Amino acid sequence: MSENVEKYLKKKVYKSTNSKISQKFVDAGLEKLRACINCGTCTGGCPSGRRTAYRTRSAIRKALTGDESVLQDIDIWLCSTCYYCYERCPRNIPVTDMIIKLRNIAVEEGFILDPHFALANDIFYATGHGVPANGENNKKWRDLRESYGLPSLPPTVHSYPGAVKECQELMKEVGFRKLMDNVAKLKEERAKKNRENKEE
Amino acid sequence: MSEEYKWKYGLFLGCVIPNRYPMIEASIRSVFDHLNAEIVDLPGASCCPAPGVFRAFHIPTWLVIAARNISIAEEIGVNPLTGCNGCYGTLRDAWFELEHEYELKKEVNEYLAKVNRVYKGNLEPKHVVQALYLDMGTNYIKDFVKHKFSDLKVAVHYGCHIVKPSDKRPWNGEYEAPTFLDEIIKLTGAKSIDYKDKFMCCGAGGAVRTAVKEVAADFTREKLVNMRDAGADIIVDCCPFCHLQLDLGQMETNNIFSNEIGEPFKIPVIYITQLLGIAFGIDPSLLGLIKNHDLSGVSPFISVDPFLNIVKDQLI
Repeated sequence: MSENVEKYLKKKVYKSTNSKISQKFVDAGLEKLRACINCGTCTGGCPSGRRTAYRTRSAIRKALTGDESVLQDIDIWLCSTCYYCYERCPRNIPVTDMIIKLRNIAVEEGFILDPHFALANDIFYATGHGVPANGENNKKWRDLRESYGLPSLPPTVHSYPGAVKECQELMKEVGFRKLMDNVAKLKEERAKKNRENKEE
Repeated sequence: MSEEYKWKYGLFLGCVIPNRYPMIEASIRSVFDHLNAEIVDLPGASCCPAPGVFRAFHIPTWLVIAARNISIAEEIGVNPLTGCNGCYGTLRDAWFELEHEYELKKEVNEYLAKVNRVYKGNLEPKHVVQALYLDMGTNYIKDFVKHKFSDLKVAVHYGCHIVKPSDKRPWNGEYEAPTFLDEIIKLTGAKSIDYKDKFMCCGAGGAVRTAVKEVAADFTREKLVNMRDAGADIIVDCCPFCHLQLDLGQMETNNIFSNEIGEPFKIPVIYITQLLGIAFGIDPSLLGLIKNHDLSGVSPFISVDPFLNIVKDQLI
């Protein structure tokens, strides 16, 4: 191998595995990603990749080499977490868990889709449910419950206001509230920048 | 535990079952009671939290809230029981992680202490199908079957998180071709048909449905085409989010892909305990199978009447 090629490979691959993203994987105990040989078994069995541009192999490769564009791409949000890649990986990498961790890093950087942000911030934090049945708009669902002889609200957080507060308290303590507030700020800044760029 | 009951579970409802498909809740309660399994509620339980979205946003939040939910069952001293693959994924994966990582468990308990809770981890979270197949067993259940279908072709849909990740599930590592749900279905006399890519994902999970409905609907389209080609009369599943995707998503598929699919799909979607309950001779109204037509814009979106007609023709 010529010296130049060797230098190139070292620079491109070896050095960059110490990127910010891969460091976060290591911090999360997910350094197994480094065992990836990019064989593509993950992509081959992926039902999402059959119909979208999402390529598991490519997302993992980008994460490994520190290509941060992977965080902004909608692709990582098209994984349905079916876990075939996790099961079939010949290097025993928990691929699906890696994608989930990658999404965590993306959210931390403020890259979250609007419907996901609304779900987390407006619905889950506020009600304790991901799909609630309380509130004026959901009367038909309470009626549906009653039509099957069930109480109009289930015995979940919906029936225990103290439990919602308890969940919110935990979410504050563990950093979810702060994360969501920061995400809102980052999203706003990015939107402002986009508007300015358009005006120019 | 009262004397007539052989098992006792804490029903972890989650979100989609109680708030969008309560017929599933009604059928689980009826069928478990019928099988001498006592169901108690888990007061104040929240969203599990959903693995595809909230786990993907912030893993520590996911783990702490999941531990809180499990701690509610521990307080009562019952195994958490869920009818949802998503809740199962969360409760079981969180339980598994906390069982194997002492430091993590300690850290989670430091958070829970702030709301006067503690996570012990001595009670395994179970799926409704796991309770049926592993706790009770098909030999026990078959004695409750009063009526058998003579000709009902079922396209079974397992969903993903009931079998995967297989190292954290109770099926001896089987994930490519499990048979436990088919075996339960066969007890009713129904035929579980083979169809192409039977174990494929419905498309809803992993935040996909929330992000891009059209992508989720394209998964569903592929599944529905394969089910119809194999001659399915009904779909039977064991997860309310798959159920939503196969029911409401079936309607969306009919709209989005109207030019590609030919005839619109109208395959009734039935939850496993609804099918079992019918075979046990339980009143269909106690299984959430009789829709109140005064209500509009509510589930099920694809009529289950063709299934009820089969019940009338073959069982009565």
